[in-house]
Amino acid sequence: MKHLILTTALVLSAPAAFACETVTVGDLTIQHAWSKASIGVDRPAVFYVEITNSGSSDDALVGISTPAAGMPMLHETVVTDGIASMPHAMSVPVPAGQTVQLAPGGYHGMLMGLTAALKEGDRFPVTLTFEKAGAVTANVDVLPLRSEGPDCADAGQ
Amino acid sequence: MRGRRAVILGLGGAAGAVAFMLGLGAWRTRNRPAANAVLPLPVSNMGWQLTDHRGQTVRPTDWLGRPVMAFFGFTWCPDVCPTTLSAISGWLEELGAEADRLTVALISVDPERDTPDVLADYVGNFDPRIVGLTGPEAQVARAAEDFRVTYRKVPRDDGDYTMDHTAGVFLFYADGRFASIIDFHEDRRFALPRIRRTLN
Repeated sequence: MKHLILTTALVLSAPAAFACETVTVGDLTIQHAWSKASIGVDRPAVFYVEITNSGSSDDALVGISTPAAGMPMLHETVVTDGIASMPHAMSVPVPAGQTVQLAPGGYHGMLMGLTAALKEGDRFPVTLTFEKAGAVTANVDVLPLRSEGPDCADAGQ
Repeated sequence: MRGRRAVILGLGGAAGAVAFMLGLGAWRTRNRPAANAVLPLPVSNMGWQLTDHRGQTVRPTDWLGRPVMAFFGFTWCPDVCPTTLSAISGWLEELGAEADRLTVALISVDPERDTPDVLADYVGNFDPRIVGLTGPEAQVARAAEDFRVTYRKVPRDDGDYTMDHTAGVFLFYADGRFASIIDFHEDRRFALPRIRRTLN
């Protein structure tokens, strides 16, 4: 499985601007997959991405896996009465015709049990599993810890 | 005819004024903490003693005389804390030398893991004007109490733990009076003018 993921990653590693690659599965387009440099391996790292559903039926991101971390999970930052907590998210809805972001301060992938420290400029694959569309692997680019996101020409934020 | 037009114009003007006042009211309410929120103490009434990421002892009295921007967090925090630190670094850069008069502090709610050395490694990734503070659990608890901040240890399935904590950024005037809170999800554009007001 790990081998398959790595092979897929190599196939997908076509030259492109940093964290600006696009991969598709069914009606879903996955782009701007990025992470932040980690300090060592003890702290959980993050995974952010943008998913566009151009189809007519709702889908949902139900899991992530990566050779970069032993326990990757989906979480959501929730602020209630000014207090931030980070509950585990069973799935992230990707409604028909909408773009959903895993982004700072909202839904995010939490990469626990890092196999190696993430350094700025590193690239690692993450396989996203969707309820309907199935699985797809995207390359995640590691940006500096203080980065607020990739700088892509098409990033319409 | 002319009289009627004057009345219409007058009514229009009055409606405009009312709309303006309502809008102003809404704007002012948004910038004010909720009425039921308990406000932080003035810095001069605080009673904690912490250690910064260079190993120096810091007390609230050390903060008096300079405006303060402080927030609570922890370095094992993957999303909220780096996001807040990135935002603060961005504000400081935009303010440039103006922000040199500002004391900027991250107070750890996780002193068990966040030693001064660990904090030094962490804050080193952001604007060099940001100071990390930690200390014995009782002193962190005292600081949280003085700021009216809540934090809580949350065990995780894998035996590790994370922390829930108040995510806002607190601003104080140079004389120690509480100025305002920048909420975590607040639009960044509103933050800068408020920081400037604290500086002047």
